[in-house]
Amino acid sequence: MFNSSLQQLGSALRAGQISSVELTQLYLDRIAALNPALNAYITTDAGTSLAQARAADTMLANGTAQALTGIPIAQKDIFCAKGWRTTCGSKMLENFVSPYDAHVIGQFNNAGAVNLGKTNMDEFAMGSSNETSYFGTVKNPWDQSRVPGGSSGGAAAAVAARLCAAATGTDTGGSIRQPAALCGISGLKPTYGVVSRYGMIAFASSLDQAGPMARSAEDLAMLLNAMAGFDERDSTSLQRDKEDYARDLSKPLDGLRIGLPKEFFAEGLGNDVAQTVEAAIAEYKKLGASVVEISLPNSKLSVPVYYVLAPAEASSNLSRFDGVRYGYRAPEYTDLADMYEKSRAQGFGAEVKRRIMIGTYVLSHGYYDAYYLQAQKIRRLIAQDFTEAFKQCDVIMGPTAPSTAFKLGEKGDDPVQMYLSDIYTIAVNLAGLPGMSIPCGFGANDMPVGLQIIGNYFDEARMLNAAHQYQLATDWHSRAPQGL
Amino acid sequence: MTWEIVIGLEVHTQLSTSSKIFSGAATAYGAEPNTQADAVSIALPGVLPVLNKGAVERAIKFGLAIGAHIAPRSVFARKNYFYPDLPKGYQISQFDLPVVGQGALTIQVEPLSGSGKPYEKTVRITRAHLEEDAGKSIHGDFHGMTGIDLNRAGTPLLEIVSEPDMCSAAEAVAYAKALHSLVRWIGICDGNMQEGSFRCDVNVSVRRPGAPLGTRREIKNLNSFKFMQQAIDFEVQWQIDTLENGGKIQQATILFNPDTGETRAMRSKEDAHDYRYFPDPDLLPLDITPAILEQVRATLPELPQVRRERYIGDYALTAYDANNLTASREMADFFDSCLNEIGTPNAKLCSNWLTGEVTAQLNRDGLDITQCPVTPQQLSGMLARIVDNTISNSGAKEVFRTLWAEGGKADAIIEAKGLKQVSDSGAIEALVDEIIAANADKVAEYRSGKDKLFGFFVGLAMKASKGKANPAQLNEILLQKLAG
Amino acid sequence: MSPTIFLANADVRKVAILARLSMDEAGIEAARSQLSGIFTLIEEMQAVDTRGIAPMSHAQDVSQRLRADTVTETNQRELFQSIAPKYQGSPQIEAGLYLVPQVIE
Repeated sequence: MFNSSLQQLGSALRAGQISSVELTQLYLDRIAALNPALNAYITTDAGTSLAQARAADTMLANGTAQALTGIPIAQKDIFCAKGWRTTCGSKMLENFVSPYDAHVIGQFNNAGAVNLGKTNMDEFAMGSSNETSYFGTVKNPWDQSRVPGGSSGGAAAAVAARLCAAATGTDTGGSIRQPAALCGISGLKPTYGVVSRYGMIAFASSLDQAGPMARSAEDLAMLLNAMAGFDERDSTSLQRDKEDYARDLSKPLDGLRIGLPKEFFAEGLGNDVAQTVEAAIAEYKKLGASVVEISLPNSKLSVPVYYVLAPAEASSNLSRFDGVRYGYRAPEYTDLADMYEKSRAQGFGAEVKRRIMIGTYVLSHGYYDAYYLQAQKIRRLIAQDFTEAFKQCDVIMGPTAPSTAFKLGEKGDDPVQMYLSDIYTIAVNLAGLPGMSIPCGFGANDMPVGLQIIGNYFDEARMLNAAHQYQLATDWHSRAPQGL
Repeated sequence: MTWEIVIGLEVHTQLSTSSKIFSGAATAYGAEPNTQADAVSIALPGVLPVLNKGAVERAIKFGLAIGAHIAPRSVFARKNYFYPDLPKGYQISQFDLPVVGQGALTIQVEPLSGSGKPYEKTVRITRAHLEEDAGKSIHGDFHGMTGIDLNRAGTPLLEIVSEPDMCSAAEAVAYAKALHSLVRWIGICDGNMQEGSFRCDVNVSVRRPGAPLGTRREIKNLNSFKFMQQAIDFEVQWQIDTLENGGKIQQATILFNPDTGETRAMRSKEDAHDYRYFPDPDLLPLDITPAILEQVRATLPELPQVRRERYIGDYALTAYDANNLTASREMADFFDSCLNEIGTPNAKLCSNWLTGEVTAQLNRDGLDITQCPVTPQQLSGMLARIVDNTISNSGAKEVFRTLWAEGGKADAIIEAKGLKQVSDSGAIEALVDEIIAANADKVAEYRSGKDKLFGFFVGLAMKASKGKANPAQLNEILLQKLAG
Repeated sequence: MSPTIFLANADVRKVAILARLSMDEAGIEAARSQLSGIFTLIEEMQAVDTRGIAPMSHAQDVSQRLRADTVTETNQRELFQSIAPKYQGSPQIEAGLYLVPQVIE
């Protein structure tokens, strides 16, 4: 059951082979057994989950069930869910019970899915290892001495450890793709604007995008069908016709042109990752695809550009956490300024404060042009690189991360080394393009390696097609960590 | 040696929309605290702004009314600072790309100190931009704490910034009044100054003639024209005294205390501000197409300046009368409605009545023209009887008092009260003949040169006619008959 | 102007005040050293000639959508204030107002 696809689970539920309550309880039991070690979830609420499961069973019984009805989904703790504690991985929101539902949560509720719990994450999604969470680090299910990646590390670990049927994540600079790669699962960051950001606690508004995390491309397509769509509450949500992201899954790959950016296979990439990704490309050739070398000359600047723009937006987005209307308020203070400073200094962790400081600095008087404006200009150059590249190819492929999962604490005191682990994923966010990661083998220490697939704007169906065809031909995606 | 005064105004007008600028919360004044503070107004994590069309249309309307350039693309920016009535920790405003560019407003200045004649002046308006209002801090008795009401947070504002073109309190007040009249005239703001719908910040500096601009101090949040005049007078004198005593003016934000008539600097430190403006990533550029512009233009009423010139040019009214009639759109519309009934040749008569008797009666009863108990139809009905000599001026006043107090129609009142004047020249001649015959001695005195006695005869004749004789006719006949 | 990548403690202190983060001297020194490292990375941007390039604020070149001017929200004060922070055990709400230490104008 824990290895069934969403399609299979849906069929079993609709056929009455298992009820949603039974299925949900199976997962809750597994979480109770394994989560203490993995720490993938911050909050579970069996009562609420089972109540949703019972409602789903009613829908299943009376024939109003949809594709995801009754299926237990883990929600990243960045999504506000009414009545659920929503922490964003921070002490600041340790006791914040959301009074409303995020669009994504509403979409899953409407589909009759069961909210299985809120997954652990880097604090305010700022991190690449899940080590910045106030609620403790998440362990990689393949090797519990290693990080799961971040910021959607709890979601990735939960999917890999079969602690949910599927999960949601968010991706600002790689936060879906990088943990997906490090935990050996599939994850998709859609084109910016495809999934509403309403109710998703903002990190960097112009880069944040929610997406699905699952065990296969087929599952991702099904989840994206539920998550995507226009939402009038988000000004950046795009008004487009509803599409079926699974429509092209079974198309053959003959004639698919794959672009390989030479910059992604240069210095800094681990040999084990390089070899694994190259083997995956060879498999694609067997499936009928052709390969062309492309160049993304400005992509090397994506890390500095990102570490100006994302902190700038974050420094402003996180100003609302002031201890006045909700969230953490310092237990002692002398006056208003002291209340602000202490509440924020005590409520935010070190990495969040670091990024607020960077962001405040680059926006401050006298530095705006040299940092913020310059970064926005280079952002355009980076986006233009992709536009040029897509004249030569249909999809771009390369590694998701430069190495497999590193050891807990290994990069803890060197933020720059940590930031560089997102070097292949960030440019995609800056351009607003869709990107995904699928498992393509194992590197050193038998840790999973992710293949990144980058598509042109709104090309999610084609990317899912490429991923699914690969997953039909290989079985990396169905490997599970042993010994849990 | 003399001083020159330099004044510029920043006026915050609350736009008269039903809902807030970035959310669907109500904007009604006077609601219970925080009952109109929705999720966006209290800045819950994850909520997002969506721009109100009504606010944009009103801004465009204003731009068109002052002949300004309407930006085809304008941008919303975040102005970052911490304050408890600013829940997001930033105000969404427009910074380097405002929706309304440079325009101008022609004002009629009446010198306040009695000296000098009224004159016309054109004040340049630098820009007008859309932004959100903040909440209110209430310094009541809350155990030494301040209470925060966020009902007002997110109310749409149009901030209208003038050039420093005014050089006296009289000019500043005239400009503020003209602006106040205009925003109400075009229906974008209710103009209620007590409720804070129209708030003025006044920048004041002084200099020696020909010298560069002096350092300015900004008087914040003036909400009455009287206070504005008092504050400017006090501030100008303070600055002159300071400079003449060898002091220097420091740039400062100051408050006016209506109880003492004095200004004082605010305690918050101006130099600590660094607003870190940057484009709001949650809002896309505001594009105003020619089609939208034309749509709004079609809803724009004839502007006060145009109507004023029409009254002077077409109806030969004095500038003074035309100003009074165009003080509000309701007054001007009332006037036009009257003219529709009785025809434009009677514009002067109609104007005299509106600016005279009608205005006086409104003032006595504390009403404005929209609450006038006498309709344009009723008033015109009465004026028509003046025109056709049915009633005298004094008879008309009595008709008007009755219309005001009891309603009805002029003709019926004239009939019921027997106010119809005698215009039958035969009847008047007979009456005059009788008087001449009965007062032979006085007639002789008159004929021998004592012109002053004419009034005596008029009085006798009027008395004899019980006040109903047409005065003009009576005069004519008397002159004729007395001449012998 | 090319900004210096070497931050002084005074810069860090100023930024901490702007960001309303209380920080002691040891914290400021630690932050200065880490931020200097990050700004060395960021500094790579300065080598790029971006003359004539328009800054990119959004991933898509789309115009702002406008919502109709209608009231859609109802009073949810009770729910929203149920999550207000507490101070020494009591919620900082009175007469429907959020309470903060006195604001001095």
